[in-house]
Amino acid sequence: MEIPRIPLGDWIESGLTWLTSEFSMVTRGISRFTQTGIDILNDGLFWLPEWALLGLIALLCWRLGGTRLAIGAIAGLALIWNLGLWEPMIETLTLVVFATLVAIVIALPVGIAAALSNRLYRVIMPLLDFMQTMPAFVYLIPAIPFFGIGSVSAIFATVIFSMPPAIRFTTLGIRQVPVELIEAADAYGATRGQKLFKVQLPLSLPTVMAGINQTIMLALSMVVIAAMIGADGLGSEVWRAIQRLRPGDGFEAGIAVVILAMLLDRLTQSLRKTRQ
Amino acid sequence: MDETRPVKIKVRGLSKVFGKQPQKAIELRNQGMKRPEILEKTGQTLGLSNISFDVYEGELLVIMGLSGSGKSTLIRCLNRLIETTEGEIIIDGENIPTLKEKALLECRRRHFSMVFQNFALFPHRTVHQNAEFGLEIRGVEKAERHKIAHDALKQVGLEGWEDAYPNQLSGGMQQRVGLARALANDATVLLMDEAFSALDPLIRKDMQQELLQLQSKMQKTTVFITHDLDEALNIGDRIVLLKDGEVVQIGTPEEILTKPADDYVRRFIEGVDRARILTAESAMRPLRSTARESDGPRTALHRMRDHTIDSIYVVDRDRRLIGLLEADAASRAIEEGSDSIIPYLTQDFRKVPMDEPLHNLFAMFSEKSFPIAVIDQQEQLLGVVVKGAVLDELARAGEQ
Repeated sequence: MEIPRIPLGDWIESGLTWLTSEFSMVTRGISRFTQTGIDILNDGLFWLPEWALLGLIALLCWRLGGTRLAIGAIAGLALIWNLGLWEPMIETLTLVVFATLVAIVIALPVGIAAALSNRLYRVIMPLLDFMQTMPAFVYLIPAIPFFGIGSVSAIFATVIFSMPPAIRFTTLGIRQVPVELIEAADAYGATRGQKLFKVQLPLSLPTVMAGINQTIMLALSMVVIAAMIGADGLGSEVWRAIQRLRPGDGFEAGIAVVILAMLLDRLTQSLRKTRQ
Repeated sequence: MDETRPVKIKVRGLSKVFGKQPQKAIELRNQGMKRPEILEKTGQTLGLSNISFDVYEGELLVIMGLSGSGKSTLIRCLNRLIETTEGEIIIDGENIPTLKEKALLECRRRHFSMVFQNFALFPHRTVHQNAEFGLEIRGVEKAERHKIAHDALKQVGLEGWEDAYPNQLSGGMQQRVGLARALANDATVLLMDEAFSALDPLIRKDMQQELLQLQSKMQKTTVFITHDLDEALNIGDRIVLLKDGEVVQIGTPEEILTKPADDYVRRFIEGVDRARILTAESAMRPLRSTARESDGPRTALHRMRDHTIDSIYVVDRDRRLIGLLEADAASRAIEEGSDSIIPYLTQDFRKVPMDEPLHNLFAMFSEKSFPIAVIDQQEQLLGVVVKGAVLDELARAGEQ
């Protein structure tokens, strides 16, 4: 006797179709909202001349990270400008910033909730494992029926892919607050809210920042992959180089991604250190 | 101890079981089983079993026991950082275990300040912000809580350190901040959980002295947890001794030392420097005989002969000590035909209050060998201490 194959894929597909048709109002709304956000951010960054934006970023690096970071930023960004990759770099930056913001807005409350409730913790942690280990490309497929080809789908896939560390680190940070300090807050009659805002959150901030740093890094890698579904930016440069078999172009765009990644990483880390 | 003092916290039949089926453990306990058997049978740990005691208004009550005795659990039950399994904890008419969440918060804010073993200061807040934490939680207005916290820090000797962070302070100073945080809160009861145990011995002694000084000024009801008998004897008005989650003995330091309730307590007090704690009262003997001020010299001399003593203490009608009559002074009075012994009394003797430490008495025996008179606050004569008794008492302390 033959055991029938479980039609898992069919179920998922019909589920997704149902979601797409039932919630088209919602997805279209999200789509429009996100696209507007991306456009505004992009327009803003393009409105500034290259040298002005470079100067601003260098200044920010100098304030937060010191002279060495500022010099590195100038050199790196100048190279990108020189290679003619300024425009795709800005597009990538916009996608990363936007996706990270969305991810943080979702991740912080979820992370806090998972830290405070054991039941929620047990539900959320395997979900995060799922989100992190599922091959990133797979998210791109349902993104298209939801949001169509383009930047919004890229953001959707990026948010899902990059959010887990922010949630995990937030939960970890809050759970790591020493028991005595929680006891102290309780002993003096603090409400849950007071405990959260006066003790737990401030004390977990360094850990939360580490999570956000991870999220930014993941977002950057995903945004590049998202070029496959029509996202603009450095990813699409790489994609084009693959299709035309031009390794030189591919590496140029790849190096630009590396520079952007290092810049974002050092910036957020120095932000974390000054907070401590 | 005056047992009619007003009671601040009344603990009755308090038990705590750690585990998922507390009732089962309580049942076995009621059948007379002890902690290890209950653990073996049910997997539940009987943390505290049927604890009852009172905390009097204004006293410093020490709860003492070794690790595992349940003392930390007990103090946490008082302000319900740990939920109790059965029993009552009544403070100002409210039964803490049954309070609803909101009432519990209110109760903690009004009644309890707490000082922790490892200080539990908030590392992200300055010394000053730590001190005002309790007030901030209660919503006290900024200017006011600033002032109160400032005063509290001044009281513990940390003026000028307001803007430092806890990690910039030494252990002793950190615990002062912990104390200031508790004092600023001005709750009615101060809970101190092994508050000085993490400090090195010298600083610890200092802190004990300071606590005693603060205590004599403020008369705050204090429950102090410690595993250190020396500390307990040094600062406690009364001591509750815990063992395996049960009360072994409740009493003043003196009572614990001189009348240990069982072998456990006796073993516990081994090695304590008893001479430092023993007082005149413990070596005091009742008087064999006294003379009254109205007695004539013949009566007095007769009494001395009856009891083969060569001097006698003379008291007035209210048993207040007025002097000492020596045998040869009495003989002189008879020769000189005096009716009264009053002119022949000498004041050349030593009198001490009941709580005079024993080692102080020792020095007093140097020249004259009159027994030392022990008196109370009304100058009434309670008894005498003779040289031999002091030696006896000290020797016994040394043996144990």
